Amino acid sequence: MKRGKLLPVADPKDPEITPKLVKEHGLTPREYSTINKILGRQPTYTELGIFSVMWSEHCSYKNSRPVLRQLPTQGPRVIQGPGENAGVMDIGGGRAVCFKVESHNHPSAIEPYQGAATGVGGILRDIFTMGARPVACLDSLRFGKLNHLRARRHFTGVVAGIAGYGNCIGVPTIGGEVMFDDTYLDNCLVNVMAVGFMRHKHLTLGRAHGVGNRVIYIGATTGRDGIHGATFASEELSEEAEERRSAVQVADPFMEKLLLEATLELIRGGHLVGIQDMGAAGLSCSTSEMAARGHTGIDIELAHVPQRESGMTPYEIMLSESQERMLLIAKPGQEKAVKRILKKWHLHAADIGCVTKDGLVRVRYHGQVVAEMPAGALADTKFPGYPTYHRPARRPAYLDKVKTFPAEFQSREPDLENALLRLLASQNLCSKRYIWQQYDHMVRTNTLLLPGAGAAVLRVKHTKKAVAVAMDGNNRYTYLDPHLGGRIAVAEAARNVAVTGALPIGVTNCLNFGNPMDPEIFWQFKQAVKGMAEACRALNLPVTGGNVSLYNESPAGAVDPTPIVGVVGLLEDHALMVTPWFKTSGDVIVLLGKTHDELGGSSWLYELQGIKAGKPPVLNLKPESALQKVLVQAAGLGLLRSAQDCSDGGLAVAAAECTFLGRTAGQVLMGAELNLGTGLSDTSLLFSESQSRVLASVSPPDFLRLVDLCRSKGLDLIEVGRVGGKFLRVYHHGRPLLEQKTGDLYSAWKNGLAAYV
Amino acid sequence: MRFGVVVFPGSNCDHDCFHVIQKVLQQPVQFIWYAAGRFPKVDCLILPGGFSYGDYLRTGAIARFSPVMEMVRRQAERGGAVIGICNGFQILLEAGLLPGAMRRNRDLTFICKYVHLRVDSNLTPFTRRIPQGRILRIPIAHGEGNYYCDRQTLARLKAEKRIVFRYCTAQGQTSPDANPNGSLENIAGICNARGNVLGMMPHPERCMEQGMGSTDGCELFLSLLSAARSALSA
Repeated sequence: MKRGKLLPVADPKDPEITPKLVKEHGLTPREYSTINKILGRQPTYTELGIFSVMWSEHCSYKNSRPVLRQLPTQGPRVIQGPGENAGVMDIGGGRAVCFKVESHNHPSAIEPYQGAATGVGGILRDIFTMGARPVACLDSLRFGKLNHLRARRHFTGVVAGIAGYGNCIGVPTIGGEVMFDDTYLDNCLVNVMAVGFMRHKHLTLGRAHGVGNRVIYIGATTGRDGIHGATFASEELSEEAEERRSAVQVADPFMEKLLLEATLELIRGGHLVGIQDMGAAGLSCSTSEMAARGHTGIDIELAHVPQRESGMTPYEIMLSESQERMLLIAKPGQEKAVKRILKKWHLHAADIGCVTKDGLVRVRYHGQVVAEMPAGALADTKFPGYPTYHRPARRPAYLDKVKTFPAEFQSREPDLENALLRLLASQNLCSKRYIWQQYDHMVRTNTLLLPGAGAAVLRVKHTKKAVAVAMDGNNRYTYLDPHLGGRIAVAEAARNVAVTGALPIGVTNCLNFGNPMDPEIFWQFKQAVKGMAEACRALNLPVTGGNVSLYNESPAGAVDPTPIVGVVGLLEDHALMVTPWFKTSGDVIVLLGKTHDELGGSSWLYELQGIKAGKPPVLNLKPESALQKVLVQAAGLGLLRSAQDCSDGGLAVAAAECTFLGRTAGQVLMGAELNLGTGLSDTSLLFSESQSRVLASVSPPDFLRLVDLCRSKGLDLIEVGRVGGKFLRVYHHGRPLLEQKTGDLYSAWKNGLAAYV
Repeated sequence: MRFGVVVFPGSNCDHDCFHVIQKVLQQPVQFIWYAAGRFPKVDCLILPGGFSYGDYLRTGAIARFSPVMEMVRRQAERGGAVIGICNGFQILLEAGLLPGAMRRNRDLTFICKYVHLRVDSNLTPFTRRIPQGRILRIPIAHGEGNYYCDRQTLARLKAEKRIVFRYCTAQGQTSPDANPNGSLENIAGICNARGNVLGMMPHPERCMEQGMGSTDGCELFLSLLSAARSALSA
């Protein structure tokens, strides 16, 4: 058939396309005229809707893509980099780890339980469509301070939503992090990272190959929920946002469990050519992306799509974001086997079309073509006319105001012991057991390190290996210096992986920023990505994918720039895993790295003085890289008895944590005595957040070997004390600064969040 | 000893049970699909944890109608071993193979953590090798583990020594503090009158290997294996 004969016919009931309607779809007049040029005619209403979601920032990255190009994406372990559903990296022995992080901020702000739950569901689908078995979730969460009712509503709802979904589907939630800051009071952040294990041979991509191959729809029925979810994610949260609840989807983890098992059975049985989940932009996105990646076309009949409501229009069916649905391309002759497996798992399977060679996404409704667009125009960034913007950037004016903080704060807290106890009990530093106890963090029996440490560690069954995962991102640093904050986010997540002894191998990131049309916001974005790219290069960490979440704004303003980094690391022998807590009386405590007078942006300043100001700690990439190398090598040689990153709350908080973190694993409290001789003030010594530092303990016979190793890498190491006793004592040049019972430190910390909710 | 692990739609701990039986106990094991009307004879059937049918109605309320439950019932009547863990326990209650019912946890939240269990009866094949009063460290992970039964049933369970595990402190006290979910008399696991059907909320399969935080889960299965051996030699 010739193309000209198939021109889509507008339904007379469709609304007339006016400039107002175009604007409501989030498209600019220029974008609309480009669409007209690409099609050689005016789009139908359905086509307008499809372009609107596919060209939203959420799907197209039209504002962020030029900036993201700075990030390194290559490396010898990379099997699949950005552009697919998730990244995949080699871990040896024919096995691979698959991982990605994604945000679900706006839905969670409006409907915390469902928003967070569907966030978990969405990222898990990204993992199992690649052919990997999801083995873990981690979450990076940001809320307002819990003394606000709204923050508590967000917080309890989001945690319950993550628990409800993750527990039911049987994927353990094993780690992550949370911070409370009023910048997130209206616009909370919910970034979910999922990790899967797979064999190389099962890698499956979201590509439509083989002209004539059948396109099969599986999973839940299509309803009106979530229409325009992607567009909704690409605008600021407004007063009317509450009315957009219908743009939030409803989660069905049981359905997804069936989908998960069926998908893996289909992939492992070799029945598929390609598969893609239907997340943002639903059927529009899955058809156009699969066709664009495969350089093919797709022709579908919407009347065959299983629907849960009657009278849905083609527009609604194409834009629905109903959850727990997938689109797959069956190998020729395998259609029956596919149907048999889906029947076994009680899933809908509908043959809705076929792969074509004309490069078009053609949508029919009861035989009538209602949309016909080049797949590339919707999903290939190289397609002529595909939107890409180089936004103007301008250094924000606020930066000059927050550059310094009054020096008198340095001496304002004469009671250092009290300061430490208050820090340990603060919302941001206290135990997060209240959260992770609601998550099944052990199912699948791979969890080697229980939650509460800086990283999660999972064994890889049938091998000696383990995979360590950490998520980090300090908004205060990024607010005060986006470039430095971006660097630190990467370095800290990698450091948290390295302290377990695992070699950091790859990165996924979730970039949460405000409206990119604001040059000051865009400047923050550019600077943060630049910092991240530098750190990734210096630490040899390719970025294999991620997510950009812009428009995190409410009428009160934009949230602090918050790049969240997820790092995955590989431990060759899980018996050599290093844990953070002190273990044996008499062990030597060492501080790797140097402490400087760096209280800017610190927890001490924020939690105790209520100030978010100053210059964040400097991060030099050479010593950071040396530190991480030493950690991995020392762990490989079995030299380290314990290792803990010194970050939020500085040396004092790190030392306190080392005395009690073992409690979670059933270990006893273990005191320590530290004596440091520095030229710093007492406050800086204890609470400075200088980067690239780790507090470790070694058995006396291994001490010199560790010293030699550090020297060979040019890393600073100082002996600071001994493990033992029932107290944490810290001296400065022999002068006592702190003396606290370990039991009291533990009590201040452990009840933590429960006291706030 | 031949094991069968029942797979309901929504079972999550099926692979974990399979793994420990195969790799740790090194015994033959097979999955049994919930729709199976019949399957080869096994010596022990495991109903694993998870969220059968999403547990959207009431935990275990739909799974009890599965075709496989008829075979589970026969296995129990025949005197074969049946162990329901977490969701499996909930299903056994719904199916009437064990008395009582589950309510939502006292705090209304899901709880996942290590707890201490006191072995209060070693009259079952699952505990016969464990000295009475022994304290085990085993994790729980559930939202509905708040066990309840009426007074007569409780009296009968006690008289027949069918309360197999109770939540306790590290020292063995069954105090309210040690009760994670509000369960009646700190009950964590019970058995049927004959002792061959055990239901328990904690997950022994999660703590049977080095690195998993405890290996106390092995105690139950080693008991079961030794019971099977002595039954053979008898």
